[in-house]
Amino acid sequence: MDDLLLTLVLTFDAALRVSTPLILASMAGLFAERSGIVDIGLEGKMLASAFAAASAATVLGSPWIGLMAGVIVSCGLSMLHGFATITHKGDQIVSGVAINILAAGMSIILGLAWFGQGGLTPTLTYDQRFHSLSLPGIDIMDNIPLIGTIYRELISGHNVLVYLAFIIVPIVWWVVYRTRFGLRLRAVGENPKAVDTAGLSVTKLRYKALLVGGILCGIAGAYLSIAHNAQFTRDMTAGQGFIALAALIFGKWKPYTVLSACLLFGFLDAVAVRLQGVVIPGIGEIPVQLIESTPYLLTVILLAGFIGKAVPPKSVGVPYIKEL
Amino acid sequence: MNKPQYAIELVDINKRFGAVYANNKVCLNVEEGTIHGIIGENGAGKSTLMSILYGFYQADSGLIKVFGNSLQFKDSHEAISSGIGMVHQHFMLVDNFTVLENVILGTEGGALLHEGLREARKELTRLGQEYGLKVDLDATIESLSVGSQQRVEILKALYKGAKILIFDEPTGVLTPQEAQDLFRIFSALKNEGVTIILITHKLHEIIHITDNVSVMRAGKMVAQKVTSKTDREDLAELMVGRKVLLQVDKEDKDKGEVLLKVNKLSVLDENNIFRLKDVSFEVHAGEVVGIAGVSGNGQSALLKVLSGISNITQGSVEILGQKMDSKNPIFPDKLRELGLSHVPEDRLRMGLISEFSASENSIIGYHNDKQINGRFIMNNAKVRNECAKLMEGFDVRPADPDLKSSNFSGGNQQKLILAREFNRNPKILLIGQPTRGVDIGAIEFIHKRIIEMRNSGKAVLLVSVELDEIMSISDRIIVLCDGHISGRVDAKSADERTLGLMMANAYDTTNNLESN
Amino acid sequence: MNRDTRINWINRLILPVLNVLTAFAATAIIFVIIGVDPIEAAEILLYGAFGYQEGLGYTLYYATNFIFTGLAVAVAFNAGLFNIGGEGQAYIGGLGTALIIFAIDPNTSAWIFIPASILGGLLFGALWALVPAYLQAYRGSHIVITTIMFNFLASSLMVYMLVNVLREPGNMSPESQLFPQNSWFPFIHDLSTNFGFVMEESPLNVSLFVALFFAVIVWILIWHTRLGYSLRATGLNSEAAIYAGIKPKRIILITMCISGALAGLVGINELVGYQHRIIMDFHFGYGFGGIAVALMGRNHPIGIIIAALLFGVLYQGGAELAFELSNISRDIVVVMQGLIILFCGALQYMYKPWVINALAPIQKES
Repeated sequence: MDDLLLTLVLTFDAALRVSTPLILASMAGLFAERSGIVDIGLEGKMLASAFAAASAATVLGSPWIGLMAGVIVSCGLSMLHGFATITHKGDQIVSGVAINILAAGMSIILGLAWFGQGGLTPTLTYDQRFHSLSLPGIDIMDNIPLIGTIYRELISGHNVLVYLAFIIVPIVWWVVYRTRFGLRLRAVGENPKAVDTAGLSVTKLRYKALLVGGILCGIAGAYLSIAHNAQFTRDMTAGQGFIALAALIFGKWKPYTVLSACLLFGFLDAVAVRLQGVVIPGIGEIPVQLIESTPYLLTVILLAGFIGKAVPPKSVGVPYIKEL
Repeated sequence: MNKPQYAIELVDINKRFGAVYANNKVCLNVEEGTIHGIIGENGAGKSTLMSILYGFYQADSGLIKVFGNSLQFKDSHEAISSGIGMVHQHFMLVDNFTVLENVILGTEGGALLHEGLREARKELTRLGQEYGLKVDLDATIESLSVGSQQRVEILKALYKGAKILIFDEPTGVLTPQEAQDLFRIFSALKNEGVTIILITHKLHEIIHITDNVSVMRAGKMVAQKVTSKTDREDLAELMVGRKVLLQVDKEDKDKGEVLLKVNKLSVLDENNIFRLKDVSFEVHAGEVVGIAGVSGNGQSALLKVLSGISNITQGSVEILGQKMDSKNPIFPDKLRELGLSHVPEDRLRMGLISEFSASENSIIGYHNDKQINGRFIMNNAKVRNECAKLMEGFDVRPADPDLKSSNFSGGNQQKLILAREFNRNPKILLIGQPTRGVDIGAIEFIHKRIIEMRNSGKAVLLVSVELDEIMSISDRIIVLCDGHISGRVDAKSADERTLGLMMANAYDTTNNLESN
Repeated sequence: MNRDTRINWINRLILPVLNVLTAFAATAIIFVIIGVDPIEAAEILLYGAFGYQEGLGYTLYYATNFIFTGLAVAVAFNAGLFNIGGEGQAYIGGLGTALIIFAIDPNTSAWIFIPASILGGLLFGALWALVPAYLQAYRGSHIVITTIMFNFLASSLMVYMLVNVLREPGNMSPESQLFPQNSWFPFIHDLSTNFGFVMEESPLNVSLFVALFFAVIVWILIWHTRLGYSLRATGLNSEAAIYAGIKPKRIILITMCISGALAGLVGINELVGYQHRIIMDFHFGYGFGGIAVALMGRNHPIGIIIAALLFGVLYQGGAELAFELSNISRDIVVVMQGLIILFCGALQYMYKPWVINALAPIQKES
């Protein structure tokens, strides 16, 4: 019984770690898409940030500098997206695809040129990355059955970025629903003309939203290479940007539901790892790929209108052109 | 007597879009505390003028004075802060926001919403009581009726400190009761010293509610009058204008059998608003029936439904003996096969594909025709040759079938469409706005061709906002107002004044008044 | 020359050239950043791609894949649809090809095998595109998002198929047993030997001709048939299409099936033409590459063949570059793809105001 409990707790623990970049990236996407800009470049921005963070951490020796570098690069790509889609009213999908491909290529090319290890960055030393934090009071809590285990294994023992991701969600909610910026953000994604006639600049608002998205996406990428892992590897995002996008749609562009979607997708991933090769009595072996692809399947089913309805911000994907 | 205090003075406002003057040396004076009407047909330049006043567009030249101060608005924000508010024809509201959120957008009063929302709630409650603008502040916009949404727009403007309120076609989307409510609000606003500018094409509104009225036509301001010293007839004439009548020779002709029969036709649009209500008429072989009306009163819906593009909600249509109703739609391709041609109202949005060459455009709707198709391959050479012939026959210039259609002038584009639709020897012709944006020379040509079609026994249904066009070509005239038929006249006995009143659905009322 | 024709001319010629040049210039800057002389790199790249028969063979072999996926993206673009699912359609198309080949008796003649394997690719590619198309046309879900999801679904499905179903017994790596020899597409170097020319061995096989054949078919389809007419009309102006009696929903289904079918042919070049078995990730990158090829080739088969050739050159030349210089890898091709999509796609009108201004004085003189 204890074994089962521990397995369960450890699976949830793994789910938290896997969910972290999803949460950060989907919150990034939330800002972009709430402002009316489709952001399929999440994957590329995460990847670029992961590479930048690992490189800077290696060279400059501090995870915090690595984090900053990741954020800066991700913001740069966000601004490129803005330049193409807001300033030049280019196609938002095409621009996103370009960013994804560019990041995939550049991270390897630069890695190879700078570190000569086949596109990887050197393995980070202890000081160069973020570590698990032990929350206070584990010994005391340990005396309480169940809660002690949960506290020690599930709640304590994550790195700072994991906690940050979970703190960010209520902050995002608060910003989106309780601040002036949030009000304008929601308005510009729904009806940019209403914003324009209220005397506000649609362009500035959308750039701001992309910038905030850039920061969050940068943290997501840095987490992958300097917290969750200890180096940058080729294509290390492995579709997580797209899963974040799926979570954003699945969570209907609302912070807490998006968080739930991220946790669900993270949990599925953790389960898939656990179930690898396990034969379940009566069912047999569940193909891992089936569990892995559940997020995509669920999103397609949702989009098809079979479970609820995903109504995106009304003007998402449409460049704003001023006319009567 | 003191010189009146002006809230707004506009001097020589010019605004061009491409080669078209939307506003040509427009002047306007609006006295403070009055209701000032601006009337004119669609496309006369009213909305552009007001958008300039609201800072949404910048004028190319001219002077704007608000309460005596010369101003140049770079954006709407500056107009708002000088006391101008606007209630747009299509509301500028965020549908999934609450009333309160919509009102404070742009003037939130701080980085956090809490305080601003509280202040706004207090202020809006006060404003609501003062002007009789009742609306649930916590309801989302999408849950409100159109009339309530409009009240939100008014509150929004007042909350931002508007002393001058511009209303762009405010009753277009309202029920008669809602319109009455709106006019009560107007009076309340006026009593509090707010200046109101009312843009409309409805004569009875002008007469009913305004103090002064300005008339616009074709980008120019043609008259400014005190409302009490003018009447509907006068205004109708000014609005429509006495254009040079292009006389078309037209012999009398006995009409033949009924080819198109519309029976109690009603059409709901996607917003569940009736675009057509209980419309019945017939078109015979060898006659032109003209549909007159200010645009947006159901003409477009009529053409779309008759050509099979949109669906019938109630009633039925018989086209060449085939019945079409809500359960039995007939699609555009089948209607064409039956012998119905359609010259759409908006040639750029529907009649042509501007990136296509002239020859490709010459077969829109006929691309499945066996004449130009082999088993698999379309005979492009033949399409081109046929197009060249069409272009010659209809004098389309330049007569180059390979030229992209966006490179032709409006008149030549239209001639190409007419050539396409007339040439297939149809039995019924639906024609929308045949001469919109077409130069004078081409107009005469087009009119002659339409008459030719009539003389050769086609049933022609002509929709136009140009009264003189309707009057010179049609045999019978049907007037549409708000989706229903508001008048039927024989073209010979029709005059502009009567038609203008019918278009405003004011004809019967006036008669009653006169008989009293 | 009036204003409109001048803008046409700018759109058709000056802007695309400027955009491609910008992408090249950006690549050159990247070369400089990583310490490679761009001129030297270009020389190595061109030598690798054209300098010897084997290199040329590889160049054309890679170009074949890009023709398929470029055509796939272009067909959809012409109907106003963005098929971002070429990756998945190519992958599943390959599965179809393999399944058909395994279903046929190994001793069957090549004349049956060749059309059957092509048909398998077409069919499975089309089916994989049909579901997102249906969801777009009838359920209102956005085709871009669903095709992205379908890329990942394809990936998972293929891993499962290769590991659990198709894997050769006893083989550790996830790949099938060899296809029967009768099903192999002839290599060009073998064919040429039959005609008396001796050529260096390369993976180039008759799939190239299949690709060129389909380029012609696409050209005929889009510009010389009723369906092509309807498809372009829908893409340019759906309201006018409805006016013409065209049913846009049906066009979406048909177009996406054609698009998916074309992407599904990557497998015949990669698998039937060269690997002779189905392997993991044989399709990788060609689906997205097709977007760059279509954008650069202006969605026209001739432009696509030229752009595909350029990408073939980059792929093969890039391999040569990676071999010659230690500080660079073939991923430079991916970078160039990204830059071309950026400048020829998202930023395609960036220079427009500038070019119009620059041309204005010349205009006045004439």
